[in-house]
Amino acid sequence: MQFQTFSSPHTDRPNSVDKVMLQVILALLPGVLAMTWYFGPGVLINIVIATLSAVAFEALVLKLRKRPVMPTLYDLSAVVTAILFAIAVPPLLPWWLTVIGMAFAIIMVKQLYGGLGYNPFNPAMAAYVLLLISWPIPMTSWLPPVVLSTNPLDFMQIVSAIFTGSPPTGLEWDAITMATPLDGMRTNLDQGQMISEIFQSPVWGDFGGLGWEWVGNWFLMGGLWLIYKRTITWHIPLAFFAGLTGLAMITFLFDPESYPFALFHVFSGGAILGAFFIATDPVTACTTRKGQLIYGVAIGMLVYVIRTWGGYPDAVAFAVLLLNMAAPTIDYYTRPQVFGHGDNHG
Amino acid sequence: MSNSGGLGLIIKNGLWNSNQALVALLGLCPLLAVTNTAINGLGLGIATTAVLVASNGTVSLIRNLVRSEVRLPVFVLVIASFVTAIELSMNAYFHELHKILGIFIPLIVTNCAIIGRAEAFASKNNLLRSLVDGLSVGVGFTLVLVTLGGMRELIGQGTLFDQAHLMFGAAAEGMSLSLGSDFQGMLLAILPPGAFIGLGLMIAIKNLIDKRLAQTTATKPEALESGAEAGTS
Repeated sequence: MQFQTFSSPHTDRPNSVDKVMLQVILALLPGVLAMTWYFGPGVLINIVIATLSAVAFEALVLKLRKRPVMPTLYDLSAVVTAILFAIAVPPLLPWWLTVIGMAFAIIMVKQLYGGLGYNPFNPAMAAYVLLLISWPIPMTSWLPPVVLSTNPLDFMQIVSAIFTGSPPTGLEWDAITMATPLDGMRTNLDQGQMISEIFQSPVWGDFGGLGWEWVGNWFLMGGLWLIYKRTITWHIPLAFFAGLTGLAMITFLFDPESYPFALFHVFSGGAILGAFFIATDPVTACTTRKGQLIYGVAIGMLVYVIRTWGGYPDAVAFAVLLLNMAAPTIDYYTRPQVFGHGDNHG
Repeated sequence: MSNSGGLGLIIKNGLWNSNQALVALLGLCPLLAVTNTAINGLGLGIATTAVLVASNGTVSLIRNLVRSEVRLPVFVLVIASFVTAIELSMNAYFHELHKILGIFIPLIVTNCAIIGRAEAFASKNNLLRSLVDGLSVGVGFTLVLVTLGGMRELIGQGTLFDQAHLMFGAAAEGMSLSLGSDFQGMLLAILPPGAFIGLGLMIAIKNLIDKRLAQTTATKPEALESGAEAGTS
């Protein structure tokens, strides 16, 4: 039997920033298409607005900072920020909110700290939190999945809603928007309903909200592909799900009628997107392996705590930003020991 | 050091070169906490300025009577007395504004800028120079408070000089500007993060102006000295 042999060097080509970013964008595609399928073309329009404004702001700041513009634009990091932001916000978000969000993400959160590689916070999530705190009503007006919608909007109605900021003629916001599964679950629980009652409603699928769980599935596919391509490692996503489902499991076993089962939390809101695409941002996450496990578990647990007892229905953005803040400290305490420098061995 | 140089330089330092809020970064606690509207900022600024002028003057008068071992407690006592007097008179004459500013009026006593000026300037200078210094430092601080407050108010709720009647009486109701009731303000600007971001931007703009000035005119030697006072807290 003849084995094929290769001569040295045996290393692969090093990953460049633009290659990594391109892979992230490709991995996001199935989820984005699924979102477009379930929530209409508003998602794509948001992505276009966000990408154009992010690139424009990046070029503007680089010009002001007298840095080379084109090489930085080609690294696609601004585009990834824009796409992550655009799929986190509701599909009918008025266009000027998207532009403000991108201005904040690129100028304040990314470039003022020194640009890609220096920003302590995830720009997309910081922009999301800024908008959520400042304009809570448009930021929580989600459309129902098209399959459930009583008034499905056509393309022109969606365009006019995004660019005028008012609902299509003859319709009220309340008629076309619907609470997200996480929001609905909270409201129903607050009204004293039991979970077995709540799940009778047609808005629920097998694990989470109808439509939402499939969007989650496709993001999961993209995330697994990223791990397969070694763009990200398994540590942060796995730790994230361990933290989230661990807490959810305990409370579920304690009282299954007031705390939804663990998979509901995984397949609702931004959990899967956050675990694979947001928490793993190489700039703002921990870099040591042990640190990444701590970081992931902490984000997962915080997501559960804020979702269940906090003021907002979803919490991935808050949890990620809080742990971004802690990441340098975690890295400091989990640095691998250099051989021969340990206390025990003298 | 600021102990030499004319009154003009004292005024220039207080207002711009070593502005207590933008350069020395003193008194940030009240600065960040009350500047959610321009009127709140103006109210606190005027109260702080009054205390500064009075305490600077008093400290300058007693500077040769107080032994240096006990000077800091004496300065604090002087400042605390004036703050109490200002607080009681604000409560009497501007009751509504006093209610809004609340704890931050008594907290003027802990404003580092005031004891900083007493220690670094008034205890080493004569009465006239100390009064001028107190006034210019106070006005410089007030200008920052009002600008930051106005900025946050405008972005956050779309008004400017809202509730001006709290300060200037019913005649000033016309001073309030509004961008209309359907203005969707950026709530974050009124919340604490808005204060930090706004102050950061103001400092950046001041540094930018200074840099531009230094480029256009040849650097004056006195402009370089002003940074020396920044360490007092």
